[in-house]
Amino acid sequence: MKKFFLTLAATIISVLLVQAHTTANNDSTKQKSTVIIPDPGNAGLILPKGFGALKVTDAYGKPRHIAVTPEGYIYVKLARLFNGKGIYLLKDTNGDGRVDAATGLGDYIGTGIALKNGYLYASSDENVYRYKLNTQHEVITPNQPEEIVHGLLNRREHESKSITLDNDGNIYVNVGAYSNSCQVQDRVAGSPGMKPCPILDSAGGIWQFKADQPHQTYGSGVHYAKGLRNVVGLDWNTQTNSLFVMQHGRDQLHDNWPNLYTVQQSAELPAECMYEIHKGDNAGWPYIYYDQIQHKKILAPEYGGDGKKTAGEDAINPIIAFPGHLAPDGLLFYTGNMFPEKYKYGAFIAFHGSWNRAPLPQEGYYVVFVPFKNGKPTGEWEVFANGFAGKPPIISTRNAYRPCGLAQGPDGSLYVTDDNKGAIYRIIYTGK
Amino acid sequence: MLKKISFFISSFFLLWLIVAAIPPFQNTGIKVSIQRGEKVYNKVCLPCHMADGGGVPNMNPPLIQTSYILGDKTKLISIVLHGMTDRVAINGDYYSNNMAPHNDLTDQQIADVLTFARNSFGNKASAVMPVEVKSVRSKKQ
Ligand code: HEC
Repeated sequence: MKKFFLTLAATIISVLLVQAHTTANNDSTKQKSTVIIPDPGNAGLILPKGFGALKVTDAYGKPRHIAVTPEGYIYVKLARLFNGKGIYLLKDTNGDGRVDAATGLGDYIGTGIALKNGYLYASSDENVYRYKLNTQHEVITPNQPEEIVHGLLNRREHESKSITLDNDGNIYVNVGAYSNSCQVQDRVAGSPGMKPCPILDSAGGIWQFKADQPHQTYGSGVHYAKGLRNVVGLDWNTQTNSLFVMQHGRDQLHDNWPNLYTVQQSAELPAECMYEIHKGDNAGWPYIYYDQIQHKKILAPEYGGDGKKTAGEDAINPIIAFPGHLAPDGLLFYTGNMFPEKYKYGAFIAFHGSWNRAPLPQEGYYVVFVPFKNGKPTGEWEVFANGFAGKPPIISTRNAYRPCGLAQGPDGSLYVTDDNKGAIYRIIYTGK
Repeated sequence: MLKKISFFISSFFLLWLIVAAIPPFQNTGIKVSIQRGEKVYNKVCLPCHMADGGGVPNMNPPLIQTSYILGDKTKLISIVLHGMTDRVAINGDYYSNNMAPHNDLTDQQIADVLTFARNSFGNKASAVMPVEVKSVRSKKQ
């Protein structure tokens, strides 16, 4: 009974707060997070002191990447059709922070979604489309997407076409390599690497296209960067005016080369790398991988490597090298004002979580933060949001929430999607 | 002479029938196969299909109550021998990774690992015998 009155009191206070806030602040695009109440136990997330979290919904399929409009409307791209639709516009109409209205559009699945200059951009696993938005950032003609790019390779392995845009009218699209390490037989123990790797002319890299021209494909775009095995998380850094990507490093060093790598080495290696990308860069896949313990580019075993021989003199070095197999699926440079100063311009990375670290416990399933100033890391990475996979050790991926997409809300909230159970989290700073 | 031989054979057969009909014997047979199969699974299959047989969402399928794991043994054996890159719906969902052939495993190892998988993760199905693997292996794909 006492509990009931406490909750009642809390509800009344929060309602009063909301009212006080809305009357005091007429600028509708700028919402203070004080009116949004985190879920009890922060929806199961473990966060630094002063942060809170709420699950805004878990009812719309398997959201991959996410974009949030100045009104606080959420767009998500789904990995599977939900009620026949692959994109959802999700709204909170009563101001409690939770989704209470939804509209579906697009009959294709995919990963990429972005907002830029009055358009919504979305990718299938082959094409990129855009939709004109009204002043409320709602799609005007949901059934008439404008196809911007078509015919990108999808051979199902590493099929996501993640996207990001710069401020000069270009869109960057990842085309993942349909292979682990460009072996003659993919993932077969002892199978040698193909040389030159025939995949590299049309996949395993980033392509740049014009954001406003229809019907582009390989020939009409710029092959912007090569030798990137698979990039799911990428973001345009407005401080450096350059592209940053998170590469998924290769798998199965031990499974395929048991005489060269122990299971322990194979669980830790190779690094999951953050690269800053300039036009023409080559990150070295499949010929090399980055070893974060030796701090070296190592010749891949498929190409005669033994775990020690270095190679790839022409390949760029990573900005940050994370432990192996954590699977970075989202990257976001934080430019908001809600979080404390330390977070400004820093990088958030959503790690989907590993599967290839067995028999060691799985890792990842968290959102990491790295402080940055002027495009350079100024400190070590730290786990920012954890608890997505429950209590460690993690031996099952099936039952975990898996961080995938990241977006910044107009108030500076951080949104995180989970593409396994379908949760969308909003992380806010409360100072408490 | 012929009579003697046929008597010999039929008594042998009878004996075999009796032995095979005694449940404890069969059980220890399958039990031992499951134990050996678990070792093969942990080494070869677990990296993708995971410790709980639950797989990795969208990537590697689960081995829990799928039509493959419980179904036709010829097809099941051939998945292990020749790998799988079909991209078909597995219990209603699609998976993006490639499964490599595992024809370097012996008939016994494949029989054991499949017997293990068919009797773990909540599955219950008959054992797979090395002769069955042998016959699938000898067939042209
Ligand atoms: C490299 C990762 C990998 C390894 C190692 C692997 N598999 Fe698979 N397996 C897969 C993938 C991916 C599929 C689905 C392929 C498709 O959809 O075309 C699959 C499909 C299957 C299927 C049929 C679908 C189902 O879920 O019932 C069975 C049975 C199976 N694997 C058993 C095994 C066994 C037994 C082993 C060990 C001998 C093994 N796999 C090793 C990745 C792997």
